[in-house]
Amino acid sequence: MTDIFFYIFSITALACAFGVVFSRNTVNGAMCLIGTFLSMAALFVLLEAYFLAVVQVLVYAGAVMVLFLFIIMLLDVKEAAARKTSIYTWAASLIGFGIMIVGVVAINSAESIKTKAANLPVAEGVNLKAFGYELFTTYLLPMQVTGFLLLIAMVGVIALSKKANTP
Amino acid sequence: MSIIIKRKPLNFLEKMYLPEIARGLATTFRRLWGKPVTLEYPEQRPTIPEGYRGVPTLVKDPEGREKCVSCQLCEFVCPPKAIRIKPGAIAEDSEFAHVEKGPQEFDIDMLRCIYCGMCQEVCPEEAIWLQNDYSLSGYSRAEMVNGKEKLYELGGTLPDQHFKWKKKQEAAAKGSGH
Amino acid sequence: MDINFIFLKFVYAAIVVSVIMGLCSYAVLAERKISSWIQGRVGPNRTSLPLVGLIPVLGPFLTRLGVFQPVPDGLKFLFKEDVVPGHVNKFYFIMAPVISLVPALTTVVVVPFGRIVTEAGEVVPLVLANVNVGLLFLFAISSLSVYGIVLAGWSSNSKYPFLGGIRASAQMISYELAMGVSVLPILMWVNHPGSKGTLNLFDIAQAQNGFWFAMWMPLSAIIFLICLFAETNRLPFDMAESETELVSGFHTEYSSFKFGLFFVGEYAHMVIGSCVFTLLFLGGWNPLPFVTIDMLGWGAGYIGAALSVAIFLGKMCGMMFFFMWIRWTLPRFRYDQVMKLGWKVLLPLSIANLIAYVFIIYYLETSL
Ligand code: SF4
Ligand code: SF4
Repeated sequence: MTDIFFYIFSITALACAFGVVFSRNTVNGAMCLIGTFLSMAALFVLLEAYFLAVVQVLVYAGAVMVLFLFIIMLLDVKEAAARKTSIYTWAASLIGFGIMIVGVVAINSAESIKTKAANLPVAEGVNLKAFGYELFTTYLLPMQVTGFLLLIAMVGVIALSKKANTP
Repeated sequence: MSIIIKRKPLNFLEKMYLPEIARGLATTFRRLWGKPVTLEYPEQRPTIPEGYRGVPTLVKDPEGREKCVSCQLCEFVCPPKAIRIKPGAIAEDSEFAHVEKGPQEFDIDMLRCIYCGMCQEVCPEEAIWLQNDYSLSGYSRAEMVNGKEKLYELGGTLPDQHFKWKKKQEAAAKGSGH
Repeated sequence: MDINFIFLKFVYAAIVVSVIMGLCSYAVLAERKISSWIQGRVGPNRTSLPLVGLIPVLGPFLTRLGVFQPVPDGLKFLFKEDVVPGHVNKFYFIMAPVISLVPALTTVVVVPFGRIVTEAGEVVPLVLANVNVGLLFLFAISSLSVYGIVLAGWSSNSKYPFLGGIRASAQMISYELAMGVSVLPILMWVNHPGSKGTLNLFDIAQAQNGFWFAMWMPLSAIIFLICLFAETNRLPFDMAESETELVSGFHTEYSSFKFGLFFVGEYAHMVIGSCVFTLLFLGGWNPLPFVTIDMLGWGAGYIGAALSVAIFLGKMCGMMFFFMWIRWTLPRFRYDQVMKLGWKVLLPLSIANLIAYVFIIYYLETSL
């Protein structure tokens, strides 16, 4: 049964992801993205990573995407404007695609990154305490770095949105 | 004289908002147990005040004579032109033949009437009265036009005792005219 | 997972959902009645069922109370003409009401309605899915319901709904933060060192055998309550609707059953919100602070279970009444006031509250 669910949700996730890329309508895109997030959350549930699943929905689908929709609606991007693709768009997407391919290949070929199945921790999703403990001890650095990245983004936004002449 | 009410700056507690909300809640909570101030309409009816302008009606005098002499003043004065009168002679053999004229048809279109009371004001014969009835409904436009019968039915009798036309007739019989 | 088990869960789910829907329709009636009482009116008092209305004293009494009113209300939603304006985005227009109702009904699965003592002496919750991350699940799913409003506003393709949708999304984002932060002290208290670590609503409710959390974390409770009002779009925070400015906001273009879904959705959110507040702050099914059902000696067996459910539902109805009471007391905030309150007052306050409780709980844990 788990397998069936896995296939259902991964297909939805992929379909929605394609929808994001190919839909002209921004709101359609956003909704597809939400669909992707939700199917991802479902996949997490299948992995018994309940906490992660819930947080995925809470943060991405529940907050980030609302913000996205808010901005989309506020800016009211015209479809015609969205249709224009410059040479840079092509270049950027090609480069991005290339990097992604390289990344996937690298991860798949490098033995050292992969954890042996035997070494995998037992599914600790149910045990919140272990989850939090791991997050704040073993994986503290990555978490802090991620947080710092977000901080950088925020500072950048503030710097950009501030008008030049205001003190 | 105009009174200027100074808007006092809010004190700290008022700015906190929550105590004031609690006060508001207390007020509404007290209201919750209060008696309703509304009337339950079809069963309970409001008392109609004196001089109320309800549906215009035609009245008869205590002898049963139609007071209207179809002078058509009301028809002319009616602002929305709700009244249509077809004057006619009163039959020779009638008890009231000396009045000479009476309405043959008298229609008030209640879809037009604005209850202004002009007709009552202008009528020299005190024949048309806006009475207490205020609820009026029908299924068709035609139903909303009050014909003569309906108007008399609604109006009833006006118990005034001056019997103007009778006195006139008596005076005429004595040959004094007026 | 055999078929029987799944079937049973289906039956339970159907029961719970229908109970919630019934609660919703009676909440609508309660809303109408309470508003009329507060305003010195009588409220719905005419509807009566053919035979029941004829029972001598009881029939007229129930009729006057408007007990049968939800029936025609529901039928009216069903049978009115369903207008879909020509200028809307049909797909999202039809989706939106569903999206706004479904999350509310989904969250029900993690809400425990009571507890039962099994024969082995174990205390188990009466809940559809006893998941460990219950509280987070609830927040996550209910945060999805904003899409219903936003999509309704957007797909209606007209100005007022659009403004309503935008306001709703901004408001939801602003208040979700403060809401999340305000419950953290509770979670810290429940998950003190040595406990197994849980976000389960049942455990949180069970942890209130002594003090209810509303009593010793009043600020958390108030912040959470305010955010709850904002999240359910109830007055004084009904920015999405604000009928005096935006006609009726996001559902201006909706009619008939689609509007009915929005309507029921609002009340379903209220029901769930009341449940959550009861569980988190009002001691769940503990009749009084420091008094549990077990202490009174009625806790065992099915009677205890029924009693716990009754107490829980009673508290929940009290909360619902509070929701309505507030609605018919307070005027609506201005939009900028809502934003200011969310970001400049509630968020800092909830963070300060969190920090304060970090120290308090640390002190209590170490010194006692
Ligand atoms: S109701 Fe009065 S004003 Fe009108 S036609 Fe008759 S007498 Fe004249
Ligand atoms: S009340 Fe006014 S509008 Fe009505 S019939 Fe008389 S004059 Fe006309």
